[in-house]
Amino acid sequence: MIDFAPIILTLELAFLTTIILFLVGIPIARWLSQGQNIFKTITEVVCSLPLVLPPTVIGFYLLLAFSPTGSFGRFLENYFNIRLAFSFAGLLIGSVIYSLPFMVHPILSGFNSLPSSLEEASASLGKTKFQTLIHVLLPNIKPSLLSGIVLTFAHTIGEFGVVLMIGGNIPGKTNVASIAVYDEVEALNYHNANIYAAILVGISATILFLLYFSNRKLREVKFL
Amino acid sequence: MMRFSLLKRLDAADGPFELDVNCEIEEGSFVSLYGPSGAGKTSLLRMLAGFLKPDVGKIEVNGEVWLDTENKINIPPQKRAAGFVFQDYALFPNMNVEKNILFAMDKNASKKLVDELLQVTALTGLRDKKIQMLSGGQQQRVALARALARKPKLLLLDEPLSAIDNEMRTNLQQTLLSIHSHYKITAIIVSHDLTEISRLTSKTLFLKNGKVEKFTDPSELFFNGYENKLRAVFLSVEKTGSVFSAMVLTGGQVLKISCSEEDVKDLQKGDEIEISFKDAPGFLRKL
Repeated sequence: MIDFAPIILTLELAFLTTIILFLVGIPIARWLSQGQNIFKTITEVVCSLPLVLPPTVIGFYLLLAFSPTGSFGRFLENYFNIRLAFSFAGLLIGSVIYSLPFMVHPILSGFNSLPSSLEEASASLGKTKFQTLIHVLLPNIKPSLLSGIVLTFAHTIGEFGVVLMIGGNIPGKTNVASIAVYDEVEALNYHNANIYAAILVGISATILFLLYFSNRKLREVKFL
Repeated sequence: MMRFSLLKRLDAADGPFELDVNCEIEEGSFVSLYGPSGAGKTSLLRMLAGFLKPDVGKIEVNGEVWLDTENKINIPPQKRAAGFVFQDYALFPNMNVEKNILFAMDKNASKKLVDELLQVTALTGLRDKKIQMLSGGQQQRVALARALARKPKLLLLDEPLSAIDNEMRTNLQQTLLSIHSHYKITAIIVSHDLTEISRLTSKTLFLKNGKVEKFTDPSELFFNGYENKLRAVFLSVEKTGSVFSAMVLTGGQVLKISCSEEDVKDLQKGDEIEISFKDAPGFLRKL
């Protein structure tokens, strides 16, 4: 009988990663969309690095950072009694960093597509920057928000290299579906590998289908 | 009374220049900002609204200081009682007509004001419509109503009617006039349209290269040698005996103007020309 724990763990990881990145991605994208300076350029580079680096490189550095023999890992262990290497929390941090561009980029291009007069109009009507963000800017970039959410979710499901480096395959903790496929193939259990793989294909295809379908609906609302 | 003196270095297409404007505007008057493009009209308006900070300057509206760079006072746009009407309307597409106006008002403000604003801008029947469903003229009416919803002391209009067709423009000008006389609000409008300027405003601030060239009655400005020229499109030339007359198209009408042979000899059908009423003969000039 096949064990569904890796699938559930994968969905749990993708869900939490998406929520965290949604809350983190909006302020980062908003800040990046306002003007240019050297710090913003550096932030953009950092946000885009996960796109070009092999996941194993990110995983490797995170592993070094999380390791209880390293200074950051030791600090966490001594003062907070937290060990991130080979734990679900560590996996979550790795996923957040790895999927950062998939949340920030769509939201950033959404903000950039809005005419600056919308923000100015809201300011001249007495609204604070936060009120403007919540009531004017975000409701008008819904397709971008949806893209960010869906791409982040789907990308986290497809994660392999980072998880392998910092998570390993501890059942119920870090053994996500993509790792399970790899392990089953190594053990020559092609049948189980096939089931995990097919479920991943099904979930990812469904998510992407929903994204493109609803984006077509949302994009019917256009600026004149 | 409204007073401002503003100084800012601006970058234009043909190099940087200095915007240096000093002006006093009577409370409740309707003033137009006129001048060639790149003269700093929009920048001036944006500084009054608080969207753009001058290098040095002071703005005082009805005794309230909005900006004083010397004393480090710069009231943000949120706290300046200025309504701004944008050239691109800047309406919120996620809200309907009524919600766009309600958004500008305090939560506990009287709902009667919404009804009143919808009425003066002739939008009552469209209150539940989505912004995307409206024509340009209707959108600009919503933008006007929204800018007035906070009961501003100053209404700033940045070429509000430039993207609207002729018939609707006359209609909206009438609305602007009645709003101005109803609310007795100080208003400044950026405009290129001489009809609009003469019709709406009692004073024109003529801005050129960032400096105030003249601040006076529109009729005095345009009929005292400053702008007694007419832009037109050359159509054809007729010769009766030794008299030449040019057919030109201006303001949607065809005019027949007597001229000299010299005037028309280089002109082709469709050429843009300028007709000067000052230094005749030789008053047709190719642009």
